[in-house]
Amino acid sequence: MLLDCLAMAQDGELQISFTHSANGKPIIFRDSIYQNAFGENYNIYKLKYYIGQIKVEGFDKPIGISPYHLINAAGTNEISFKLPTGKYKGISFLLGVDSASNCSGAQSGALDALNDMFWTWNSGYVFFKLEGRSPSSTADLNRIEHHIGGYKPGNNVARTIRLHLDRDSIVEISNQKITRLIVSVNLDRYWDAVNPIHIAETPVCMQPGSLAQKMAANFEALFTLNTAP
Amino acid sequence: MIILLGIFMLSLTRNEQDQPEPLILEIPKGWPKPEKNLFEKNPLTEQGFQLGKKLFYDSRLSKNGEISCASCHQQFAGFVTFDHDLSHGVNDGFTTRNAPGLVNLVWMQEMHWDGAINHLEVQPLAPLTAPNEMGENLDSVMLKLKKDPEYKHMFKAAFGNTGISSEGMLKALAQFTGSLISANSKYDKMMRGEVQFTEYEKRGYAIFKANCSGCHREPLFTDNSFRNNGLPLNRFKDIGRQQISNDPLDSLKFKVPGLRNVQLTYPYMHDGSIYSLFQVIDHYRNGIHTEQPTLDSSLRARINLNNKEKNDLVYFLYTLTDSSFLKNPRFGPGELKPVQAAHHLP
Repeated sequence: MLLDCLAMAQDGELQISFTHSANGKPIIFRDSIYQNAFGENYNIYKLKYYIGQIKVEGFDKPIGISPYHLINAAGTNEISFKLPTGKYKGISFLLGVDSASNCSGAQSGALDALNDMFWTWNSGYVFFKLEGRSPSSTADLNRIEHHIGGYKPGNNVARTIRLHLDRDSIVEISNQKITRLIVSVNLDRYWDAVNPIHIAETPVCMQPGSLAQKMAANFEALFTLNTAP
Repeated sequence: MIILLGIFMLSLTRNEQDQPEPLILEIPKGWPKPEKNLFEKNPLTEQGFQLGKKLFYDSRLSKNGEISCASCHQQFAGFVTFDHDLSHGVNDGFTTRNAPGLVNLVWMQEMHWDGAINHLEVQPLAPLTAPNEMGENLDSVMLKLKKDPEYKHMFKAAFGNTGISSEGMLKALAQFTGSLISANSKYDKMMRGEVQFTEYEKRGYAIFKANCSGCHREPLFTDNSFRNNGLPLNRFKDIGRQQISNDPLDSLKFKVPGLRNVQLTYPYMHDGSIYSLFQVIDHYRNGIHTEQPTLDSSLRARINLNNKEKNDLVYFLYTLTDSSFLKNPRFGPGELKPVQAAHHLP
């Protein structure tokens, strides 16, 4: 008990917020038009994804109460954690949902099937969902429908994202103030970071498999870590 | 009378603060232990089971209020759709596969003909949301449940103060469907030494063991594997397991169905394309499409049985009918509520 109190006294608070942009503009659903590296215009109806197993580098245990968070580009996404004071090199998290949590039956919270991120006809979570419209899309109603997921060996697209601050800065957690970090998500990289994803060729991805793998290879480049101003 | 009074008193003293009453799922003697304990994170209780049963028989769960789980999974037919090759969904839609029987599910790790579903608790999401089945969305189902005070009470009795949730609904349904165990057929009674097979049944059982039990493994009468049994690609171009695995080696493979109550689960096969047990055996005798590259190796040479053997085999298959399961009121819809007195015409 005494130890717990001591530990609590030495804990600091870390607050991570996720902000989203494309073409240097904030993401506004439906009304804003963006262009990818291939000159294809698009707008966005939905952009949401799972992150979990958040860790700070130098402190091995996952932090936070809930193991998974559903980040929705439409909302404010602030996640706060208590963790021991000290200096840390960066943060990491899983983009996606681990294999066991894909096979654990009915769940609540971020993993509740009500969040519309669970494939009902082929069990497993959609890890990353981007929906919108594009004149380049050949699909019905010019849809973009990217539902990227897959947990089985060979099809697993969950990616560990490791982020550090620029110039080897460190994350300092103190019990005097809340440390704020911003994870910036630049959707421009979604289309071309590693594999080129042309809307004209790939308007729809609806199940685990090689296409989902190809698209997930671009995930890591979406994220950068900054200190809050 | 005293005992009855005792039960009455007991039910009077139970209130919403009480813990749900735990149930133990009995594994029939000599049966394997289920690979995973379905109820490890979803403790089986009387209140959970009763809530699951109410949900199972509630047609309000569908878009137009006409289709319940039980519409396509009928107890008297081993929880298949009796005498239907395909089932009906909302708005006169048709499914593209034959409804599988809901029996002995705690031994099954992957549900559906193609094994698409990885946990019994998430299975109901598929029929609830499929446009050709119940056609509903989960948000709307939750709204409907929340309007019913009886559900409010039953969720609380089963799961405490968590309220009406999708998790609770799915867990309760799994408590009901996971409890559907059929293990009291003539075959089971013979195995327990309580009855004797007739000469026909004995010969049929020997034929079964020699030709069928490789896939239809006792006592569940399935090994839960996925195999191509040589049916042609049907009009829906249903490639089965390949749709889920993306592996061409899985083309036309479907789950080996358990044969319990098989006398009543006609028509047979994933698309209900074979009407009678005699025709099923004819398929294995001379209907197998042996040119298919993914055909199960055990069926390459077909199954060679004469007509007498075919009859004996069917007599054996009839011993898998478990009337105590098919008529068990605990699994049925229960008493219908009395209809309110109708207004009499003058």
